[in-house]
Amino acid sequence: MCRRDWLFGAIAVGALLSIIAMLFPRATATRRSAARLVASRTPSANPMVHAAEALDKALPVARKHTARRRVEFADELTVARRLALGLVGTIPSLEEIRWIEEQPAEERIPRWTERLLADRRWADYAAERLARAYVGTEVGPFLVYRRRRFVSWLAEQLYAGRPYDAVVREMIAAEGHWTDKPATNFITVTIEPQHGPRPNAARLAGRVTRAFLGLRLDCAECHDHPFAPWKQDDFHGLAAFFGPTRQGFGGIEDGQDQYKLLNRAMGERQQVDPKVPFGAEWLPREGHLRARLAAWVTDPQNKSFGLATANRVWALVCGLPLVEPIDDVTGETPPALSVLADDFASGGYDMRRLIRGIAFSEAIRREGREHVAKGDSAEVSALSNSWSAFPMSRLRPEQLSGAILQASSLVTIDRESPVLVRFARLVSESQFVGRFGDAGDQEFDERPETIPQRLLLMNGQLVQERTKQDLSNAATRIALLAPDDATAVETAYLAVLTRRPSPAEQKHFVARLAGARRNERQSRLEDLYWSLINSTEFAWNH
Amino acid sequence: MSCDWNRRDCLRWTAGSAVPWLANIGRLLAAEGERSATRAPARSIILLWLAGGPSQLETFDPHPGSRIAGGTGAISTAVKGIKLAEGYPRLAAAMRSVSLIRSMTSTEPDHERGTQLAKTGYTPDAVTVFPSIGAICCHELPAQGADIPRHVSILAGSWPSQGGFLGSEYDAFQTGDPAHPVPDVHTGVSNARYRRRLEDLAVVERAFAARHGLHAETLGHARLADQARRMMSSEQLRAFDVSEEPASLRRAYGETPFGRGCLAARRLTEVGVRAIEVTLSGWDSHVDNHAAHRKLATTLDPAMAALIQDLRERERLDTTLVICAGEFGRTPKINALGGRDHWTAAFSVALAGGAMRGGVVIGQTDPDGGRHVPDPKTFADLHATILKALGINPAKENVSPARRPVKLSEGNVISELLQVA
Repeated sequence: MCRRDWLFGAIAVGALLSIIAMLFPRATATRRSAARLVASRTPSANPMVHAAEALDKALPVARKHTARRRVEFADELTVARRLALGLVGTIPSLEEIRWIEEQPAEERIPRWTERLLADRRWADYAAERLARAYVGTEVGPFLVYRRRRFVSWLAEQLYAGRPYDAVVREMIAAEGHWTDKPATNFITVTIEPQHGPRPNAARLAGRVTRAFLGLRLDCAECHDHPFAPWKQDDFHGLAAFFGPTRQGFGGIEDGQDQYKLLNRAMGERQQVDPKVPFGAEWLPREGHLRARLAAWVTDPQNKSFGLATANRVWALVCGLPLVEPIDDVTGETPPALSVLADDFASGGYDMRRLIRGIAFSEAIRREGREHVAKGDSAEVSALSNSWSAFPMSRLRPEQLSGAILQASSLVTIDRESPVLVRFARLVSESQFVGRFGDAGDQEFDERPETIPQRLLLMNGQLVQERTKQDLSNAATRIALLAPDDATAVETAYLAVLTRRPSPAEQKHFVARLAGARRNERQSRLEDLYWSLINSTEFAWNH
Repeated sequence: MSCDWNRRDCLRWTAGSAVPWLANIGRLLAAEGERSATRAPARSIILLWLAGGPSQLETFDPHPGSRIAGGTGAISTAVKGIKLAEGYPRLAAAMRSVSLIRSMTSTEPDHERGTQLAKTGYTPDAVTVFPSIGAICCHELPAQGADIPRHVSILAGSWPSQGGFLGSEYDAFQTGDPAHPVPDVHTGVSNARYRRRLEDLAVVERAFAARHGLHAETLGHARLADQARRMMSSEQLRAFDVSEEPASLRRAYGETPFGRGCLAARRLTEVGVRAIEVTLSGWDSHVDNHAAHRKLATTLDPAMAALIQDLRERERLDTTLVICAGEFGRTPKINALGGRDHWTAAFSVALAGGAMRGGVVIGQTDPDGGRHVPDPKTFADLHATILKALGINPAKENVSPARRPVKLSEGNVISELLQVA
């Protein structure tokens, strides 16, 4: 019995020491070796650095700005926060901030990028975000499982570093059962069982063109668009590639059927032949229809594939696409997007390489500025050239809930976290996102915050539970363990806002804590956490 | 924007309207359809949303004795010639205020897409997110000094009404069972402490604005926080609290979440809320259709009938339009599990109040369960009719973010339903 008490005591002391070690950073030997490990994977001779340099040259420097002042840069922790939000959908933990600050100054951002890209959370998060464009966010009874299977498959591919063109080809052309060939769920999620075993060819054609090619061809589904070059025939010709596809005993397979379109005026179904809207010479003559379409979409000469993917990944990393709207890159292409897309193609469609290109470029390090969107096409093109500053964007609901949970934990919540912590994260996150409202695949549209959303942050369950006095919450831990008020305030700022307080803020909050003991001190820290989480700064990627 | 309404005003108003109640008897005796042609249009809509797709045969369009009825009987109503399915005696008694469309059709047999179509009047499309009818009402009609959101979804289901391209500020505010407090409006700390938190927040806001050269207002955060605080301290929040109503009235609506939701909806219309949806789920009866519908009728019948009667007694039925609908109907054929599956060919919607006539039936279905119905109506037609009843021109156009002109509704007004065509 006595021995157990000793063991318990030792564990408790160990846990306490490890928390204190984080509050008072002292570089430990193990941390140093971890740093070396990652450093060896970050050669400065990385070809991506050259790509990033080329990208920097292509990045516009708005004339208006240069006349008045130089381009200014954000500090490292701000950039680290941007990268964490873009790559793993949450903010850096206090643990990670300490790690970043231990790295040599010039290596901090590259090493942080590598650390995030090596993290399984990156693959999971990127897959979820990409899947919105590929399989939507619908939640029908079968769709949930199919979608989940698809997302975890996509995450595996990303984590393994499989060339992205091959991944996309598999989505479009895969055959087999949805359980053991998860890629087929790109097709199966469009099957409406009431309508028989066929996928919805029109929706598939719409998704292929928007998600992989950055063309809004599906506007032409019902009528010829007055301005766009695409005609109804182009759309239905593309949909016809999915005409023979059906769900049979062997899962998704292709039969002999042809795509038929209901001509409403004539009241009869007309057969439509498969046809690509451009680049017919890239379409292979052999193979089944979907395989031929897949090869055409990812053909190296089909620039749209690289441009659309680069624009989407840019948006995932930076919060806003380089060209808006995200799924329409048909207009004049900004040079920076071409540079990225070309490098993506010539580098064998390596997703990590594409992300490094963005992460190492100047664009993500530039000072944050308010982003003004909307308006007519002239303004939109001006916007795509406005990366002379990093445009602020509101956090997505899952980023916001991820950030609240991470801010209240101090240690990183990831795959290594205890299962209960991860489960709690999932549950709180889905509740929060449900109430906050998920924009689905329209997530890059500008949506101003609403009153119910503000109320959810001010008074909602998640924030209340994560800031209240409780030994598992960071606010309470800081109140108990910080040696003085100044350290307590600084630690809270780092954990929530990923920065140190300004002198004015420091003064204000140290005064708030002054003289408060025990319970009172804990409730003051809770209030500090509440104010930080409810700030504009916390709710924005800036 | 001052708050013109508060609880005291409401009480005064309702007390005032209760006294001349006797004078109303004459009006109640008069034929429902005869009103002056200059009446004001409806001011609020209440959508009773039957999520999952109710069976028309077990609700508003029974075919007793036929093969497709599967044993479901019918009852007579206050209007000669109109029958409802058994289980709706109270609604049957109120039939003079209720009209039915029995020839509703849809193109979307999937719940999510069907719900979008029903609530927006447009087939969901990948480029444009269309606004729900409630959002259009809030967008088109002037605000009446409401501190609380003017678009509310009580017992919000999977796809609550949304603002779509009109903006997320037109999304419905979601609440649960009115037996519980409204979520997220209570601070959980003392007033003094809350004030201190807000002072602290202002310090952080100033630092952020200074570092980015922003005006504190630019990102709209402070303005929203103000509005949120105004809502939190508004007397109008009490409209959600049905415990202020007499017990007998609560019993009339039914002591169910849906019944309380309908009662709260009526209270909300009195403080200037434009559009309320109250969801009753569980209609997706692929298995044992009849039992599921029998059970749901015991909730829907008292709630809907009490709502209509309550509105009438308060002289608010003319200005409040009640719509009862789901995303589609259910198959005339009963499947092997005793269930009915999704059916978009012909199903029913009920309407009451607003500028609607009562006791009218539009369309009829085939007693053999055929797909073809004479005089089919679409959700677009229903929307056009609702808008017309609200005094809004359905042909008015908004411009979507893709710069596409979008009419409020592309349907045709069903003028037979309107008192003033």
